[in-house]
Amino acid sequence: MELDREMLLYLYRTMTTIRHFEERGIPETGQRGMSGSVHSSAGQEAVPTGICAHLTEADYIGSTHRGHGHCIAKGVDPKLMMAELFGRVTGPNKGKGGSMHIADMSKGMLGTNGVVAASVPLAVGAGLTSKLQNLGRVAVAFFGDGGANQGVLHECMNLASVWKLPVIFCCENNGYAESTPVEYALSTARVVDRAPGYDMPGIHVDGMDVFDVFEAAGEAVRRARSGEGPSLLECRTYRYYGHTVFDNPLSYRTQEEQDYWRGRDPLKLFRERVADGGQVTQDELDRLDDEARELMEDAIRFADESPLPEPLEIYDDVYVDYPIGMMSRGINLEV
Amino acid sequence: MTTAMTPTTSRELRYREAINEALRQEMERDETVIIMGEEIAGGAGREHLGIVDAWGGPFRTTVGLIQQFGNQRVLDTPLSEAAFVGTAIGAASTGMRAVAELMFVDFVGVCMDQLLNNAAKMRYMFGGQVKVPFTMLTRIGAGFGSAAQHSESFYSIFSHIPGLKGVVPSDPYTAKGLLIAAIRDDDPVVYFEHKGLYGDTGPVPEEPYAIPLGKARTVRSGSDITLVGISRMTWVCTEAAEELAKNGVNAEVVDLLSVSPIDYDLIIDSVRRTHRLVVVDEDTPVCSLASDICARVAEEAFDYLDAPPSRVTAPHTPVPYSRPLENLYVPNAARVVGTVERLVGR
Repeated sequence: MELDREMLLYLYRTMTTIRHFEERGIPETGQRGMSGSVHSSAGQEAVPTGICAHLTEADYIGSTHRGHGHCIAKGVDPKLMMAELFGRVTGPNKGKGGSMHIADMSKGMLGTNGVVAASVPLAVGAGLTSKLQNLGRVAVAFFGDGGANQGVLHECMNLASVWKLPVIFCCENNGYAESTPVEYALSTARVVDRAPGYDMPGIHVDGMDVFDVFEAAGEAVRRARSGEGPSLLECRTYRYYGHTVFDNPLSYRTQEEQDYWRGRDPLKLFRERVADGGQVTQDELDRLDDEARELMEDAIRFADESPLPEPLEIYDDVYVDYPIGMMSRGINLEV
Repeated sequence: MTTAMTPTTSRELRYREAINEALRQEMERDETVIIMGEEIAGGAGREHLGIVDAWGGPFRTTVGLIQQFGNQRVLDTPLSEAAFVGTAIGAASTGMRAVAELMFVDFVGVCMDQLLNNAAKMRYMFGGQVKVPFTMLTRIGAGFGSAAQHSESFYSIFSHIPGLKGVVPSDPYTAKGLLIAAIRDDDPVVYFEHKGLYGDTGPVPEEPYAIPLGKARTVRSGSDITLVGISRMTWVCTEAAEELAKNGVNAEVVDLLSVSPIDYDLIIDSVRRTHRLVVVDEDTPVCSLASDICARVAEEAFDYLDAPPSRVTAPHTPVPYSRPLENLYVPNAARVVGTVERLVGR
């Protein structure tokens, strides 16, 4: 697949930004006492990058608990994301959501989501809106190999197929649902083996290779946008770290396996693929790494300098319109 | 019964017809309003056989909508509550005003995650970035021999969840006005239809009107005790009040109408005058609306009370099938009268 120089730089910049966000932002969040439920997507960068390269801000995505990469690939500002992780009011969610709920409606980002596969129907609903209002938008529902076994996903694949909605179901199969290996939990060899049951194409790609993801996603997005209905994409990938920062993955997987996948690092693979292409140089890619590194330092500074929420903001945005007395009646938070 | 909200110009409609009219008028007013659910038209996809609107809804509350608005705005769904309730929430958060029908509230288990973790929390978790103008129609009420999985009145579960609103219309007038208000509201609202009220008739204005969410109404004035009714229990309260009047006990009856927000102020104002409270609730008693209202009154109006705030509810059991047992399950006027007589010392 021939990609122009601009697209090559875009793909690498997105992946290295995600990588640097995970590697730098997560430990910094932990140092500020908010590491609770932060999930690193390091290792999985090629998937959101290759898919969202086909989307505009008007398109929608629904994301997972491991969603920083989806946010960045969909155009959410990493500085604002860092502020959200630090619980600051300058975060897109005003510090009310944190890592597992980052949303930016202005970018078509319907939220990372703390319940496995729970964002899938939101993406399907966005696809329904697009279809009913003839907006020409598509929606991508991201989920993991754990989410592949959630009932709501299967109901949604059936519904989206019956209604021919412009939806791409994207499984990021990183091999583990928390500590449970996919080969234990999945009844079929691959998640895409289930696609025929919903009368939609199932495409299996190397989720460490952004070019492979990009090519398959292009066809799925084209199909959705032209009204031909949904597709299921399975991207085989790997998370470098545990389920959360508290998890030691070597309690359920081998060093040898980790080394194998690290050897197929998506940024490294990218560099190998473009080495002979001549359109971009390794020096240019080094500079993108440096820019991402600097961006994270700026983001951390921005987040640290941003204010924390005021106490009474606890009552804000529960509803559009609701008597505050119903939420606060008999409760004295100041005592 | 007297109420400031009683219309002056209207005609008689059944409760189910009032629901249908509210849906039709809102779909006419706003083309982003869509409705989806199981059998809401029925016989879906058989237009080529001349079949359209085979059922008109399981209780005929949606009859005629598909002919008027077409199958892109009146969407029969597969039996996939998690998918279509979640899809309606997703559509509502991206520009539609979506209504979904859950056939019976007992079925909420299969789609509760979408209500609890998406509809109720998205606006808060997202820092106010999104509105979710989503209405879920569902059904409550025992007394029809439908047993434990088609008869519950579990509105209290939804009252418990910040981010959701809920309404319990008790007659055709409130059925129409509260449904219009629910659809126009920018927050998720659960609308509880009582199966025992569908055939009831009452005056309903022809023009669209909205009854404010979160406001109860006084349907009978009295000075000796406040009876709070929820949905059909309002009419159990008025029946009891008439019985009590024969013994010289003058009961005030409040029709709750909204289960979130709850109009505590109207109830407390009433109790300050009557000094006694009984909440009549078809739901089970533990952690119920009845318990909540009694607790609130005890906290805020303790000095006005001449008797313990009390509850008449279903027993803490599933709904039984056999007729004599089901009759015992649903609160009735005799139980209300017995409770009141103990509280007033007669």
